[in-house]
Amino acid sequence: MKRIYTALFVLSLAATNVMADDYIIDKKGMHASINFKISHLGFSWLRGRFNDFDGHFSYDKAQPENAKIEVTIKTSSIDSNHAKRDKHLRGQDFLNTDKYPEAKFISHSFVQEKDGSGILKGDFTLRGVTKPILIEVKYIGEGKDPWGGYRIGFEGTAKIALADYGIVYDLGSTAKELELFFEIEGIRQTKQ
Amino acid sequence: MWFFDSHKRYGIITIFLHWIMAFLIIGLFVLGAYMVTLTYYNPWYNRALWWHDSLGMVVFGLLMIRLAWILNNTRPAPLKTYKKIEIKAAKYAHILFYILLLIICISGYLISTAKGASIEVFNGFNIPSMITLQEIQADMVGNIHERASYLLLVLFVVHVIAALKHHFLDKDITFVRMLNPNILIKSKEKTK
Repeated sequence: MKRIYTALFVLSLAATNVMADDYIIDKKGMHASINFKISHLGFSWLRGRFNDFDGHFSYDKAQPENAKIEVTIKTSSIDSNHAKRDKHLRGQDFLNTDKYPEAKFISHSFVQEKDGSGILKGDFTLRGVTKPILIEVKYIGEGKDPWGGYRIGFEGTAKIALADYGIVYDLGSTAKELELFFEIEGIRQTKQ
Repeated sequence: MWFFDSHKRYGIITIFLHWIMAFLIIGLFVLGAYMVTLTYYNPWYNRALWWHDSLGMVVFGLLMIRLAWILNNTRPAPLKTYKKIEIKAAKYAHILFYILLLIICISGYLISTAKGASIEVFNGFNIPSMITLQEIQADMVGNIHERASYLLLVLFVVHVIAALKHHFLDKDITFVRMLNPNILIKSKEKTK
């Protein structure tokens, strides 16, 4: 009998581990965005975004430390609303999108506070270079949507140094770092 | 009338278009090759592009006028001294000139207007964007623009060598008739 209880206990543990809900980022409805901001000569902020990306994550409110996320960005989809600048950004001075068509973030750990904010750590790969980064995450909300699905949303911000990823084109001393903004809404996947 | 082209001469309009376009195109080539080497902090970083765009659109306009002009004028007859192969080579070289110039003008226009922005021509007026491109297409168009320009350079060198050959070796009026509408093809040289 004791053995059966032990077995059940182990099973239940395993069960809770797979209980975390899986979400895919709502790319179809575009309730997600990846934006960036970089200083222009120290006078103003230039904002741009990546139009094409995809990803999925798992999250369970009861065990946020088990949360995982993976996001892939198509680098050539960079868009700063200026054709010639975007062409330059896709070129070898910057993203070199022919050679490195994808950027990727894979999380390693997540620590969430009671207020919903948290720190997500993981590896960010850009231009073939992988470095650990830290994303400050804020939980926004979750619940049933009007169309029969279940959604959850977060926002995240991160800072990266361009030189870390081999981008050394001189944009001035104020533009060594770039800030990334993630708006992520996930649609829960029905369990098999 | 020395205004129009005829069997015996290039008219003043053709001569004017030939030389003004020759200088503009040489200038644009040099400017183009130079401006892509400029870095962000060069004072000409933006200005060079502005000149290139403006002059390029002027050449585009002149090219349209020239094509219309050629199609509505009699071609001067080949000199009697020309070899058959020379006549053929010249014909295809000239056609290739126009094709390359069209490709370069159109692709140049498409680079600057790829994201819907218009091209400013000397603070005078704007040429609006008509076709917006995907990022991949915009990069392709840029490659076409560059490659066609280098092909044009090769053709230009051939053109100049041919002109010099006619002037100094053959000692005929091929070159000078493009300078002076009063130099007529003599009747005995008129046709084969």
